[in-house]
Amino acid sequence: MSRISVSLTVNDEPATVEVEPREQLADLLRGKLMLTGTHVGCEHGVCGACTVEIDGVPARSCITHAGACDGASVRTIEGYGDDPVMAALREAFTREHALQCGYCTPGMLVVARDIVRRLPDADEARVREELAGNLCRCTGYRGIVRAVLSVLADRKKAAA
Amino acid sequence: MKPAAFDYARPKSWDEALKLIADGARPGAGTQSLGPLLNFRLAQPPTIADLRHLPDYAGVTVVGDVLRISAGTTHAAIEDGVVPGRLGEIMAATARRIAYRPVRNRGTIGGSLAHADPAADWVAVLPALGGTAIALGPKGERRLPLGTFVLGIFETALAPDELLRAIELPVLPAEARWGHWKFCRKVGEFSKATACVLRVPGAKPRAVLAALDGPPLVIEEASALVADPEGEAKRIVAKVEGLTPWRTAIAETALRHAVKDAS
Repeated sequence: MSRISVSLTVNDEPATVEVEPREQLADLLRGKLMLTGTHVGCEHGVCGACTVEIDGVPARSCITHAGACDGASVRTIEGYGDDPVMAALREAFTREHALQCGYCTPGMLVVARDIVRRLPDADEARVREELAGNLCRCTGYRGIVRAVLSVLADRKKAAA
Repeated sequence: MKPAAFDYARPKSWDEALKLIADGARPGAGTQSLGPLLNFRLAQPPTIADLRHLPDYAGVTVVGDVLRISAGTTHAAIEDGVVPGRLGEIMAATARRIAYRPVRNRGTIGGSLAHADPAADWVAVLPALGGTAIALGPKGERRLPLGTFVLGIFETALAPDELLRAIELPVLPAEARWGHWKFCRKVGEFSKATACVLRVPGAKPRAVLAALDGPPLVIEEASALVADPEGEAKRIVAKVEGLTPWRTAIAETALRHAVKDAS
């Protein structure tokens, strides 16, 4: 079975790993780099649990091959440090009970941060539309939607 | 599930990519459709040729009255307005409703069309917009009309040794009217019936009915549908074989809505 060497940047740290070409980015992150904050759910791009940032934008790490990430810059849920938007979202998720078991949360947060940055004027309908690619079986989504909307509202207030 | 073993290749030139394809490699772009098929082991190619690093893989150029969209242009780029003008508005609205943003960030217009899933949005929309698919093969480029590009489920007019290189679409006037309606019970899921209607002043209206488990039904002269959407939608859908009653009902509904939105 062939193996390839993949060099990429993960959470601002360079990494070089040996992988099978069939391995997905999610496998590389979890199995090789022990970054288990990225969760694997459906493994066909539907549930959103595995969503990470690749080259600055959210993407599914369960249908992106490790080989395709050679030279890429990846950010996982462990890599947001003191990013102010992510800090605000974490606080809002806690306050609004936007998680219970937490399985969907890493993917939810990556997508929520993209919504906040890309769509500053999003209303509830738009937030729900944008979150439709991330499944949560605990919360019924109300808390998650409220958390995202509250961060959007706070940022608007701060900018005014 | 995890995919069956395959080799990974990253060609640096289109010639190199064509050689890999000739040797049995499966072309990969964003792999947002191929990835799931690999994970389900429905596809088990010996090699994936990753096209993402080829020159002129993505981007849009305007040549006179024609827009040339490189096959690797992502849905997200189209959603964000990389295609100019009235055509760009129509395409951006289509792109926004393809799957989910993290999928759109990697999935491509050419990959989606060449994959030819009957429920895919570009499979329904591009034949309605008219224009041409540009295939690249060992002998150079070949032009294929978009109206007859998708032949069946996962089946296109591309030859086995060809790659989809770009899509060329005619620029549309600001007055062009467009209707696009698809039935999804949840945002981003596969459509169960899709219809599109394009009306350009001075030209015959064109319509497409798609996502019915076969190739799109392209109606190059849709004047009758525009004149009598109720009756004509019934007549059009009756020609599609093997539909269950509920599928027939939503296919008719899709056509009626698309006509209304384009009026």
